[in-house]
Amino acid sequence: MNPHNLSIEELKQTAAQVRRDIVRMVHAVNSGHPGGSLGCTDYFVSLYFRVMNYSTDFTMDGEGEDLFFLSNGHISPVWYSTLARAGFFEVKELATFRKLDSRLQGHPTTHEGLPGIRIASGSLGQGLSVAIGAAQAKKLNKDNNLVYVLMGDGELEEGQIWEAAMYAPHHKVDNIIATVDRNGQQIDGSTAEVAGLGDLRAKFEAFGWHVLEADGNNFELLLPALDDARAATGKGKPVIILMDTEMGFGVDYMMGSHKWHGVAPNDEQLEKALQQLAVEQASDY
Amino acid sequence: MKEYTYTEKKDTRSGFGDGLLELGRRNPNVVGLCADLIGSLKMGAFQKEFPERFFQVGIAEANMIGLAAGMTIGGKIPFTGTFANFSTGRVYDQIRQSVAYSGKNVKICASHAGLTLGEDGATHQILEDIGMMKMLPGMTVINPCDYNQTKAATIAIADYEGPVYLRFGRPVVPIFTPADQKFEIGKAVMLNEGTDVSIFATGHLVWKAILAGKILADKGISAEIINIHTIKPLDTEAVLKSVAKTGCVVSAEEHNRIGGLGDSIAQALATSKPAPQEYVAVNDTFGESATPDELMEKYGLTENDIVAAAERAISRK
Repeated sequence: MNPHNLSIEELKQTAAQVRRDIVRMVHAVNSGHPGGSLGCTDYFVSLYFRVMNYSTDFTMDGEGEDLFFLSNGHISPVWYSTLARAGFFEVKELATFRKLDSRLQGHPTTHEGLPGIRIASGSLGQGLSVAIGAAQAKKLNKDNNLVYVLMGDGELEEGQIWEAAMYAPHHKVDNIIATVDRNGQQIDGSTAEVAGLGDLRAKFEAFGWHVLEADGNNFELLLPALDDARAATGKGKPVIILMDTEMGFGVDYMMGSHKWHGVAPNDEQLEKALQQLAVEQASDY
Repeated sequence: MKEYTYTEKKDTRSGFGDGLLELGRRNPNVVGLCADLIGSLKMGAFQKEFPERFFQVGIAEANMIGLAAGMTIGGKIPFTGTFANFSTGRVYDQIRQSVAYSGKNVKICASHAGLTLGEDGATHQILEDIGMMKMLPGMTVINPCDYNQTKAATIAIADYEGPVYLRFGRPVVPIFTPADQKFEIGKAVMLNEGTDVSIFATGHLVWKAILAGKILADKGISAEIINIHTIKPLDTEAVLKSVAKTGCVVSAEEHNRIGGLGDSIAQALATSKPAPQEYVAVNDTFGESATPDELMEKYGLTENDIVAAAERAISRK
């Protein structure tokens, strides 16, 4: 059971609130990664407010629950806001992001005991392996719940991803739903310019994955895709969603560019962003 | 000098393999992962008896470390197996982030450590692994000395919650510790009480320290010989207590002199009660191809090197 199970209209309102949190968090410390966070907001809100089976009474082992891992840890603002809004910790703690003695480190960590986090991430390329390991532990424990993991598309340049991509089909790890945030951007420019990821569907299919594609910034399309992904589990193949998102989605001047990967808005830009991210009943921390 | 004899020689990696098999029978949460070196790591018996709890990862060490970290979520106790080189340097960042910083209960088990890997040469003879692993906050670093101790250590680390680096080797070496020993992580083992010099040895150098002790005894020198199987956390109390009595130190290890056991002891002494110290270790260089014995001779890791170091240390008192 998902503890919230929101309607699409409610998901949209929640996503707008999460996006407000993101821009306010990075603005407050003049650092952090708003672009990818805004792009993946609808995905996070879908998982935590509609799709995943979990309890906000957090346990590290998460037995009897779906698990989520974030491999591209730099988009921590969207995860922190989502976790807080979903009830893992108090929303006001978002104000401590990236500050001294905070549980909300620049990149997610278990080290400070923040509920909802099961592995440190930030150094890229490691999360898929971790998620596959957790999925295999679930199989050993005869726990039928699923493991979700999100990766960036630029992150696919890391070799470890392809070690893991080769391993999971061979071992029939069919209780995992990986997702690639295909926003086409990375720090130094577009993924096409920097490394040329090529045909990701063909690559993952050749490795033996069940591949789905989704629009990550449209709940009407994303939710059915997540349903399709769940339906595809348990059939001998790992599942991966190539999810198209727009970096900076929701804030017009951040969209269509890699420039807002790791840059915070100034005071004026923040005001402009918040005007665009209107919610019926804002509950900013 | 206390007598130490042996009737059998075995490789320490076999101690690991036999310990893992016993653990598999005792603890259903123990799982094994290997990167295409099942025979070398002696993990075959575990694989055969517990196929559902054994994961052949292939030649993909980074993935193996990540998988192991993930398997702890759900209560598994993963033991990863590959050569020491590929267990540490190749996957340092994976261990750092997904295991050590994340506080995961992964046991990184590393064979073929040091020069005694032999003919394969320097690409595989890692001499920096203890240093790399001990620098990671929260990592326990263990380097047992013979088959029995490696088996006991393997079993003991399953009951300890937290990341462990367990280092062992390829060559057959004398079995001189008791089969029924209780392995206490972080507890030095007194092998011979002496008054003139403290010899702290780890891994394959422990037996050589015993041989050195006999030679020193014949020369009228009383050596205290202590087996430091756990390099981190170091048994600082045992080190300080011994050196308070003897007044000088020899450290002996199959590792670079930078960053190994010797440096841990030097730090303990320098911040408490400094004493003359001599290192028996590889002098900041890579190894090469040859037989293990030839390499130990060339790179200064024999009992005679320990004797010479002891005499130098005593002369500096």
